[in-house]
Amino acid sequence: MLDQEWAIILARIQFAFTVSFHFIFPAFSIGLASFLAVLEGLWLKTGEGVYANLYRYWLKIFAVVFAMGVVSGIVMSYQFGTNWSVFSDKAGPVIGPLMAYEVLTAFFLEAGFLGVMLFGINKVGRKLHFVATLAVAVGTFVSAFWILSVNSWMQTPVGYEIGANGQFLPGDSWLTIIFNPSFPYRLVHTVLAAYLTTAFAVGAVGAFHLLQDRQNPGARKMFSMAMWMAAIVAPLQVVAGDFHGINTLEHQPTKVMAMEGHYDSHPDGAPLILFGIPNSKEKRVDYAIQIPKASSLILKHDLNAPLAGLDTIPDQDEPPVPIVFWSFRIMVGLGIGMVGIGLWSLFARARKRLYDWPWLHRAALVMGPSGFIAVLAGWVTTEVGRQPFTIYGVLRTVDSASPLDAPAVAVSLMAFVVVYFAIFGMGIWYIIKLMKKPPEAHEKPLDDAPIRSSGITPAMAVLEGSSS
Amino acid sequence: MIDLTVIWACIIGFAIIAYVVMDGFDLGIGILFPFFKAGKDRDTAMNSIAPVWDGNETWLVMGVGGLLAAFPLAYAIILPALYAPMIAMLLGLIFRGVAFEFRWRDPAHQAFWDKAFTTGSIIATFAQGVALGALLQGISVTGRAYSGGWWEWLSPFSLITGVGLLVGYALLGACWLNWKTEGGLQRQAVTYAGRLGIALLVMITIISLGTLTLEAKYYERWLSFPSIIATAQVPLASIIVTFLFYRSLSQKKDAQPFMWALALFGLCLVGLGVSIWPDIIPARVTIWEAAAPHRSQVFMLVGAAIMIPIILAYTAWSYWVFRGKVGAEGYH
Repeated sequence: MLDQEWAIILARIQFAFTVSFHFIFPAFSIGLASFLAVLEGLWLKTGEGVYANLYRYWLKIFAVVFAMGVVSGIVMSYQFGTNWSVFSDKAGPVIGPLMAYEVLTAFFLEAGFLGVMLFGINKVGRKLHFVATLAVAVGTFVSAFWILSVNSWMQTPVGYEIGANGQFLPGDSWLTIIFNPSFPYRLVHTVLAAYLTTAFAVGAVGAFHLLQDRQNPGARKMFSMAMWMAAIVAPLQVVAGDFHGINTLEHQPTKVMAMEGHYDSHPDGAPLILFGIPNSKEKRVDYAIQIPKASSLILKHDLNAPLAGLDTIPDQDEPPVPIVFWSFRIMVGLGIGMVGIGLWSLFARARKRLYDWPWLHRAALVMGPSGFIAVLAGWVTTEVGRQPFTIYGVLRTVDSASPLDAPAVAVSLMAFVVVYFAIFGMGIWYIIKLMKKPPEAHEKPLDDAPIRSSGITPAMAVLEGSSS
Repeated sequence: MIDLTVIWACIIGFAIIAYVVMDGFDLGIGILFPFFKAGKDRDTAMNSIAPVWDGNETWLVMGVGGLLAAFPLAYAIILPALYAPMIAMLLGLIFRGVAFEFRWRDPAHQAFWDKAFTTGSIIATFAQGVALGALLQGISVTGRAYSGGWWEWLSPFSLITGVGLLVGYALLGACWLNWKTEGGLQRQAVTYAGRLGIALLVMITIISLGTLTLEAKYYERWLSFPSIIATAQVPLASIIVTFLFYRSLSQKKDAQPFMWALALFGLCLVGLGVSIWPDIIPARVTIWEAAAPHRSQVFMLVGAAIMIPIILAYTAWSYWVFRGKVGAEGYH
């Protein structure tokens, strides 16, 4: 292979690696920030100490998650330029302003109020502190809004013209660009995914502690709240996902063909392939287990609707089918599992066994990481599925990269891999350590961090003073 | 008619100044960290920046995000040209950023995370300085792309600017601690500030003279008559500011030395502006050549005009909430 081809492949691996690692953290912090805002709001409203305790408990975890999200996110804002400079030059006039709005309306908001949220309660009082928590929660959502608008525009580009210098230039309406055809669906699907991810992580922590002590009030409360989220949001997510899929069929049909494993066209009703082994060489799915006509039913809501296959697409425009096929099935499978846990929890609640059904708790514990895996699988589906383009149908990935020497990218990739596994591995271990401690009646920060406790304890004394 | 390209150049310039003003001192504390006694002093130094570092670092994202949005061509040329220093800076920022949380979470390895904090701060600062030097000495540009190799940034000059920035940020860190702390730590900070002030003056002088030799354009801009009448004010003002800095230090003022150190940094940035204006990539690409189209500039300007004052307001509020001296206890 040519040096330039290697450089592009390495740059793609580097981007996939850094963005996947990064997204684990915001997927968690978007949901956690809202969860914390709800906890603090409920505490202010009811005065019940259990909410204050849970706030304290999850705030420590949030701080670690957020810090890792920030530092891994800064990497992303540079990587567009370091590794994808041709893309940046061309798409900058359109996506640059959207990302600038993300910084102006979200990053500063989160960062500006995070300090007060973490350390400031006894300096500003409870109401203002709640405002800070809300500001951080709103900031995480606004950030998702802008960056998903950028991503969606790259998937379904509209409202632009190509300038004489080869740049994508904005047309008359920024609203057309921001609210591009796939954006509303992707936004809803991703934000719900973040909430589900958090719900299952919180639910697993609650379940873990219920298995040790089913009387622990903090564990009961967090498990109950998480299971409500699972029961309500998981089915909503199925509906949102279906809408998103139909939207993708309309605008990026090739991606759906790869997701479905449809190498061939089906003029009178396409089958739903549940499992099978995509064989890219022979262009067929081996050992397929399929339901006749079900794919047409799901995508077209009509058993006999024709669906085109990859045989209608030129080879050089096809995404790598096996990756998309498998990642999609992982996501959907986990989603079905989440709906199952939600239904089980409703059943347990109806039978008043929510807190003393160890098998439910074990299942919820096992499903703890399911959100993270599903979110990553979903992103792999959508990002690999739009290959070989960075701007769908218009700019190819091979024409987007920086003019870098392969060794430079190889070295940086190795450095990222080593540092990310070491640093974020430690961080994740610290998070698990925090999660393993049961929520106590008078939740403190870390016993062995005197300065930090002076940071949070007086604040928490304020909370405790009125809650106990 | 108002030239939006110039306005955007000023906004990016403002973001860079804001970044240096705010993140400079907290990187500086990272650089000086090993010189403080482990335990209470280090905890206090860390606590003096814990609530604000994240907001400070956001200006770095604003600078680069603004560059992509307002000058996409410059973003697309500069970042590949500075590939190695930029990656090093990002990795350094990761180490120091997580250290803020991790050192409290894992007391058994606090010494390790303290080292990570210092190493990360030094690497990030040095890389920023190197990047500045590499840009000033000129990068290879062909058409709309960087055309040099992946070591072009490395030169004696860029290494010197790297060291210069280390000294500068360390000075800001020492001045910040003089402002925010008391007792032994404050006395230590004052001693360091005094020495670092001299070191910074030496570095500024070397770098300024070195810059003049890099491009004929810089030389003419500074030394040809009559522009020298205007440009000479920058070094003259620097001498006055230095005098005021040392006077406030010897009068044992809290906040003033920090402000004068910032003013010295401000003058360096003004000097930088004098050298390179109106280029966005020094001596290679002008702001107009790299500018985003009018529609992008207008759309962003609406956001920037509304949001930047609001951001400055709540940032100021956040600093105000954590005002005053930091004790090892009772803080936050």
